[in-house]
Amino acid sequence: MGRRATRLLSGLILLAVVGAGAFWWLTKPAPWDAAHWEGLGEPDLANGERVFWAGGCASCHAAPGAKDDARLVLAGGRRLKSPFGTFYPPNISPDETAGIGGWTLAEFGNAMTRGVGKNGEHLYPSFPYGSYARMNAKDINDLYGYMRTLPKGANVAPPHDLPFPYNIRLALGAWKLLYLTDEPRVQVDTAEPKLARGQYLVEGPGHCGECHTPRDALGGFEADRWLAGAPNPEGEGRIPDITPGSKSIGSWSASDIASYLETGFTPEFDSVGGSMVEVQKNMAKLPASEREAIAAYLKALPPL
Amino acid sequence: MKIRAFVLAAALAGLGMTAVTAADEPQAVRQQLMKKVGAAAGALSGIAKGEKPYDAEIVKASLSTISETVKVFPNHFPAGSETGSESEASPKIWENMDDFKAKAAKLGSDAQKILAELPADQAGVGAALGVLGKDCASCHESYRLKKE
Repeated sequence: MGRRATRLLSGLILLAVVGAGAFWWLTKPAPWDAAHWEGLGEPDLANGERVFWAGGCASCHAAPGAKDDARLVLAGGRRLKSPFGTFYPPNISPDETAGIGGWTLAEFGNAMTRGVGKNGEHLYPSFPYGSYARMNAKDINDLYGYMRTLPKGANVAPPHDLPFPYNIRLALGAWKLLYLTDEPRVQVDTAEPKLARGQYLVEGPGHCGECHTPRDALGGFEADRWLAGAPNPEGEGRIPDITPGSKSIGSWSASDIASYLETGFTPEFDSVGGSMVEVQKNMAKLPASEREAIAAYLKALPPL
Repeated sequence: MKIRAFVLAAALAGLGMTAVTAADEPQAVRQQLMKKVGAAAGALSGIAKGEKPYDAEIVKASLSTISETVKVFPNHFPAGSETGSESEASPKIWENMDDFKAKAAKLGSDAQKILAELPADQAGVGAALGVLGKDCASCHESYRLKKE
């Protein structure tokens, strides 16, 4: 009897160890091979700046209420409320100690596209690497170069304020296993260059889905509700549906959408509001062709 | 017959009264005021985009409408009008009434300033609209909630 129990127990322990090992293996942080970030050459700073505005970095990493040039100081300071707790976007200015001035391109790129921090840890998906995962290495290199030209800031953001169990970083590996993908969110006719570009901008750097797509209980996107609108994570109201089935913008033409992103005015001459105000300011800095590509992609989505 | 006509008349009167009450509600009044501002911005935008020819009278009238309308706009947020009639007003308005009023006043004074040095051509109207649009957005950023 005693022997049997011991055997059973050791069997269970073995199973637990193997299970934990398998879990670790399946969910460990997965940076790119070093080669992915090699041979990219000197960054194209003008493209880096465009990627910067398309990516909306300033919206979360600049101080709240910062205007004009102050929006280029990415020292953190904003609070992001969510159902999982409060996130504090860190200092990503080129400051060597408070910011990311000491990061290599590979470290920066792996954070952006694989959600892996400088010390090899999982990052929280409040940093939208689930979208940035679609960005190509050239854009990352150009963005890295551009961000090194921005002013340094000495602010140190507080750590994220998350209740148990969301404060367990290891569990993020399981989240990634479930949700992190660089596959297209929907099928559009990518033979059409405008649509392909729009898809890249919206699903990748623009990370539009992070607010406009509803999430399940674990914070992953509901895959069949892409851009169909979601509750406002910051409180009352809703983030609107932006598919052609939308009650608010379904009737807009592609040029109405492009014009809204440029000027902030709807076709009825209502104005942009809420957290979209920051986004629209960023979009206004892109070339007109980029806004037109975004509009064309949105019009090509399945209506929801 | 007489009774039927009477009932019909009463029903119509009732309908009319409901309509009057609804239009008088602060929620409905302020929505109408915003629509007026929107229509004026639309007239300016038509000129800025070159869809309509430049017309000094239209520019003047639109800017006056904006400045006059936003002067009274914040008076239509009494306690008790926080919700209802598809109001998109954020509860933050009542928490920060002074800031809300200051933002409305900023749009009014900017429109007034532009009116004093009336934009003389299409490009001038475009620049003016850029200034006013930022004022619209800065208030809607904090105080307007989208419901769908």
